[in-house]
Amino acid sequence: MAKQFVKGNEAIVKGAILAGCRAYYGYPITPASEIAHAAAQFMPLVGGTFLQAESEIAAINMVYGAAGTGIRAMTASSSPGFSLKQEGLSYLAGAELPCVVVDITRGGPGLGNIAPEQADYHQVVKGGGHGNYKNIVLAPNSAQEMCDLTMLAFDLADKYRNPAVVLADGFIGQMMEPVDFPEPVTEFAEKTWAVRGVDRDRMNLVSSIELDPDDLERHNQKLQQKYEIITNNDTRYEEYKLDDAEFVVVGYGIVSRLVHTAVNQLRDEGVKVGMLRPITLMPYPTKRLSELAALDRVKAFSVIELSNGQMVDDVRLAVNGAKPVEFYGRMGGNVPSIKELVHEIKRMMRVL
Amino acid sequence: MSVKILGKSKGFYDTYERRPGSNKEQTHYCPGCGHGILHKMIAEALVDFEVAENMVFISPVGCSVFAYYYFNAGNIQAAHGRAPAVATGVKRALPESIVISYQGDGDLAAIGGNEILHAANRGESMTVFFVNNAIYGMTGGQMAPTTLIGQKTTTTPYGRTLQNEGYPIKMAEIIASLESPVYVERVMLADVRSKNAARKAVRKGIRNQIEKKGFSFIEVLSTCPTGWKMTAPQSEEWIKTTLVENFPLGVYKDIADQVEPLDLSSNLAPTERVPKLIGLEQDKMEFDTAAMKIAPQIDQEIKIAGFGGQGVLSLGVWLSEIGMREDLQVSWIPSYGPEMRGGTANCHVKLSRNNIGSPLVTHPTVLVAMNRPSLEKFEGDVVDGGAIVWDSSLIDVEPQRKDIRNIPVPATKIAKDLGNSRVSNVVLLGVMAGFSDFLDPLVVQRVLPLIFKKKHLLEINLIAFQKGLELGRELSD
Repeated sequence: MAKQFVKGNEAIVKGAILAGCRAYYGYPITPASEIAHAAAQFMPLVGGTFLQAESEIAAINMVYGAAGTGIRAMTASSSPGFSLKQEGLSYLAGAELPCVVVDITRGGPGLGNIAPEQADYHQVVKGGGHGNYKNIVLAPNSAQEMCDLTMLAFDLADKYRNPAVVLADGFIGQMMEPVDFPEPVTEFAEKTWAVRGVDRDRMNLVSSIELDPDDLERHNQKLQQKYEIITNNDTRYEEYKLDDAEFVVVGYGIVSRLVHTAVNQLRDEGVKVGMLRPITLMPYPTKRLSELAALDRVKAFSVIELSNGQMVDDVRLAVNGAKPVEFYGRMGGNVPSIKELVHEIKRMMRVL
Repeated sequence: MSVKILGKSKGFYDTYERRPGSNKEQTHYCPGCGHGILHKMIAEALVDFEVAENMVFISPVGCSVFAYYYFNAGNIQAAHGRAPAVATGVKRALPESIVISYQGDGDLAAIGGNEILHAANRGESMTVFFVNNAIYGMTGGQMAPTTLIGQKTTTTPYGRTLQNEGYPIKMAEIIASLESPVYVERVMLADVRSKNAARKAVRKGIRNQIEKKGFSFIEVLSTCPTGWKMTAPQSEEWIKTTLVENFPLGVYKDIADQVEPLDLSSNLAPTERVPKLIGLEQDKMEFDTAAMKIAPQIDQEIKIAGFGGQGVLSLGVWLSEIGMREDLQVSWIPSYGPEMRGGTANCHVKLSRNNIGSPLVTHPTVLVAMNRPSLEKFEGDVVDGGAIVWDSSLIDVEPQRKDIRNIPVPATKIAKDLGNSRVSNVVLLGVMAGFSDFLDPLVVQRVLPLIFKKKHLLEINLIAFQKGLELGRELSD
């Protein structure tokens, strides 16, 4: 449709509107505020709702209410704000309500700082709130994907009646790149479960209560089956120069962009290295990693994160001891240079 | 007659199928509890006003968590204290619905204090029923924010004290102090007369919403014989003699007749108009790609640095915009993290024929230095054979390196001579187009009008670009 040079944070909002989202509830926090700014600018122009809520907690509960009526609704925040939304996410997951939440991760713990980190992996991918639930989690690595994966997040959320999180960082949010915006979505599946204040919905109930232990166990089993179906149908990842790779580097989000360049440099030096980039963090490309681990030519894995090593747990589970899994991470908002990455990957691969 | 009064309102389900156990006819409330009475008043009012099918009932956490067993409506069960926020999301999505937010004292006045305050302050078009029985019933008789001084509960076994817990909170008075609410009344469920008054208030609160008048808040002093460890008659007596002394009845605010109905009509744009409304029109520029000279010999990694306010970030964005229209892959990222310290600004731009990996520029092929600290800080990073374009009217030292192309440009002086020092960054853009192979002057001249929409700004910037272009060509000879 139209190619525009935009910030990742703006691409999220435009993508959301093209996906039919007409309700944004949020609370200001750096470095996610630009998403709220863009939503405040564009939502009213299409007749949607933008409301600055009194708190992160109120914002996610407004999303809960809006989602309960069947409309596409979203909120966005950054790490400390996402922590506050965990209560609401547990209720959304329990009540099986679709919604999209964006987390532009910043440095932690506590107030931390506003520089980019990837230290929210655990709290976003592993649930974070109480109960046996999971979010669908998508990890963009470009402004284009900030649009595309936000749109996909709405589709997957509706398809599976589950909260979907777009997990990015301050880097991708601030970065400007050309984005090819697609045509707006025009067809939506009917949500017969929604509460819309009309006669035919009078038997509908949005709730996460199941008092009876057997009922609640059945509900939980149903959720687990759903996560399995999501894993079978909607696991997404990108492979780069893996066809003959002896070393597999795993990184997501902004890190995958750095690794891409590092892989090129290492290939120039004759090192047979490639990258696997998970695009969906829940579901995780466990199967593909296990397959790679089983190949004779693959000698080792290295995981790069802007954290203390959170996603590396999932790589280790997938590789399951078949091959060594090494880790290199930076924290506090520091981003490794390409030189540093090349050096560390070589160290981890023991080819120095 | 008595049968009709005792019979179920059509606002309730015929049988309570969601209620666990074999009793599908009666509510789960204790004998003498006020919830059932209030539920019935609400259901009757909705049926009488012929809006029962439009109701969305938000049930809270507390004894009324299971209100959805009973109300024949779309039901949404909310997290503890969050009903007004959930109701906000519902009402904004369904402006024609009748949204009832029903909360107890712990839910509304303790854990949900913030949500109710702000929903009221926004004047959300909803009706809030606040059941105040001065105790947490569901969780086992703990202290509520409305528990009276001296009142014994499971968490105030020696009685609530002023020193430890403070005074009971008076929600009707607080809500009435806000500008937006149109109707705030406190009623009680104690005897026939008070119940009639309560019924009237319930109907008024719902009527207000039907008439789109805004936010109505009805606080209901209600019985909890179990929590209070009293009989039902004792409970009603305790409301009349004790509770009401601390929570005086009455209309605290009523401006419903004085306000105009809210315009809640939906104005959703038709989907086909959405792209245009959010600024996604087709780019009007048409390019004759064949006529372009571009396709740079090497990928460009450009770092632009200077003081804030010199147009450092903008120059980077324009370079990228031009690159994008030359069909190159481009990325732009502002300085981030520790590099931001010291009042200088810089940005990283990549122009490439291939997909761009890292958007960060550590070793620029072109450094544009707009002040001395930037030149000194980044000079050493430039690749062998790279270019340093620097503002020689502001920087009083020369680059030390001999293995780079040294391109001094009196950009600020040229800009000042043109009458606007702010166009110095466009002079530098012109220089880059003049000496390099990665910027096509024709493309730049077609992109500039998209950036500078005001005619006088466009004119001076086109001149600034031309001056820079000529200088760049001279320097490259």
